[in-house]
Amino acid sequence: MSGMKILVIEDDRDAADYLQKAFTEAGHVAHVAGDGDTGFALAESGGYDVMVVDRMLPRRDGLSLIAALRSQGKATPALILSALGEVDDRVTGLRAGGDDYLAKPYAFSELLARVEALSRRGGAREAETVYRVGDLELDRLSREVRRAGRDITLQPREFRLLEYLMRHAGQVVTRTMLLENVWDYHFDPQTNVIDVHVSRLRGKIEKGFDKPLLHTVRGAGYMLKA
Amino acid sequence: MPLLPTLMRTTAARLSALFLLLFAICAVVLVLYLTSLSSRMLTTQTRETIIEEVQSLDRAYQRGGLALLVRTIGLRSRQPGANLYLIADPAGQILAGNVESLDPAILGEEGWTELPFTYQRYGEFQQPDAGERPAPHYAIALVMRLPNGMIALVGRDLGEPERQRDVVRQALMLAIGMTALSGLAIWFFVGRRALKRIDGMSEASRRIMEGDLSQRLPVSGSGDEFDRLSENLNAMLAKIAALNKGLKQVSDNIAHDLKTPLTRLRNRAEEAMARNDADAYRDALAATIHNSDQLIRTFNAILTISRLEAGRTSPDMLAPVSLAETVRDVLELYEALAEEKGVALVADTPTDAVVEGSRELIAQALSNLVDNAIKYARRGDGAAKVVLRLEADEREIRLSVADNGPGIPEAMDRERATERFVRLEASRTEPGSGLGLSIAKAVMTFQRGELRLAPGDPGLIVVMAFPRSRERP
Repeated sequence: MSGMKILVIEDDRDAADYLQKAFTEAGHVAHVAGDGDTGFALAESGGYDVMVVDRMLPRRDGLSLIAALRSQGKATPALILSALGEVDDRVTGLRAGGDDYLAKPYAFSELLARVEALSRRGGAREAETVYRVGDLELDRLSREVRRAGRDITLQPREFRLLEYLMRHAGQVVTRTMLLENVWDYHFDPQTNVIDVHVSRLRGKIEKGFDKPLLHTVRGAGYMLKA
Repeated sequence: MPLLPTLMRTTAARLSALFLLLFAICAVVLVLYLTSLSSRMLTTQTRETIIEEVQSLDRAYQRGGLALLVRTIGLRSRQPGANLYLIADPAGQILAGNVESLDPAILGEEGWTELPFTYQRYGEFQQPDAGERPAPHYAIALVMRLPNGMIALVGRDLGEPERQRDVVRQALMLAIGMTALSGLAIWFFVGRRALKRIDGMSEASRRIMEGDLSQRLPVSGSGDEFDRLSENLNAMLAKIAALNKGLKQVSDNIAHDLKTPLTRLRNRAEEAMARNDADAYRDALAATIHNSDQLIRTFNAILTISRLEAGRTSPDMLAPVSLAETVRDVLELYEALAEEKGVALVADTPTDAVVEGSRELIAQALSNLVDNAIKYARRGDGAAKVVLRLEADEREIRLSVADNGPGIPEAMDRERATERFVRLEASRTEPGSGLGLSIAKAVMTFQRGELRLAPGDPGLIVVMAFPRSRERP
């Protein structure tokens, strides 16, 4: 996907450098702020697609920084990074105006996928009633799925799974993102139950068609792409 | 005196001093009270004697007039230890009696003398050159005016005030002496016995702080406050020791269980480096990422358990959770997996039950149990089956997961199965972090409930038991 402008507000120098390098390698532009005040000033001046905010920051903590931005009407999507990493922390983080939450230690592929998913937030996709990827079509109102004119019957949960994948078509979607957004659970299942659901869905939308749509991205997750 | 401040720093000495002071005050007050009471009684008695005397003198006067009265007084006043008698003319001139001198004002007023007065007894100045004035006497008296204007006084000696003061002083000395003795006794009992025990406790705590967690505070067996304190502190120490042991075991287990994947990670990278082949590099890197993800997951699981065990939560997390709904959710999540593995996954939830708790955590615990059950049901004989059951009675709500796999036959092994990282020998080959049951157990502890492992027929039944009191109506 085209490069995004990402603001990383993180006081750990090593972690910030690593993130900057990794985001750059992924084709994005990343700026780093080492404390809450600098981060707030940069975020205020705007122009960022997404910000990654560490929760514990010198001078101004991550949550109050986001809350202050939101009260000024700045809607830049924010992902909160936290070493605390519990469900209740997530709740307070999201309540403060954060859009997503990731606990340390995390895999960069997970962070990247989430950041990329966030950047599309508030865009046209939310409003569209019909999603199209190649010859696959999903009608969000009539809840019908069609591929090349042929009806595909899905269970309610499979429909939600496909809907989420289609909303983020062309982006990597991780297993945890699916569990969170489709099942509304934030824990880590012992076995990757999501894989089984995805392969079932894949069977339904790809069986009888030549072109694969649902791709597995090794070490990261899945991507729906024509 | 550097000794006294040092001594006063001990509670025993301070307590004893305080008691000593209190007792002394009490004793002095008591002695003074008794003295004044007895002197008042003495006065009353003396007055009665005087009245009797006056009555007898009156009878003499009636019989023989003033002459007999004067004679009777003259006779009586010469007896040893006699009362005081005095007859004076209206001018106050002493005519008869055994009082040589006294304050004339006393004779001026009729009736009882208000206060004890001093007087000089007749004959006490017989050796005027002795130089020494004899001690004044105290007395009370009844002053009467006779019909012919003469003044008569009948009184009684109260003894020397010096002697009275001596009696009081002696009583006070005795009281203070007894108090001092009892103070010493208090110091001995409180200091020697009770506070010695506190010293014993602080000594034991010092040794514990020095690292000997097996030390316990002394318990005398009397069941008093000190014993209860010691027992509670000992219970606390036992808990700390258990936690400490748990922590040590966990770090050992972490070290052991993480060393293996870390070593594998390193070996694979090394192996790939030795080969000069782009595909090998890519494979090795993919495997590295996969293994690192596994490690991160394991760490996260450990973090979850520690947080749950620390009981850290916010009210945000607690809400009424429908268990039947949770069962449905988890069932739906695992249905596809169970089907793929050829395991029949069914739920038996005739009624719903709502508990106060975290939907997320309960679902996580339940899904771990279902995960395990699916894994092990396949290893049993016959058609693999996993049953989720929701039951409730007046005492508790039980959410159970039963499989028909090989189960865990030994009770001891069932106990051990919920310990962190414990993977019974038979399951060493199964994939998984070995933390699934531990997480479920930690969740149930957090929910104030219990995780029970019971033998099935065949297989294993794992029960999440929620106490009724946590349920919302």
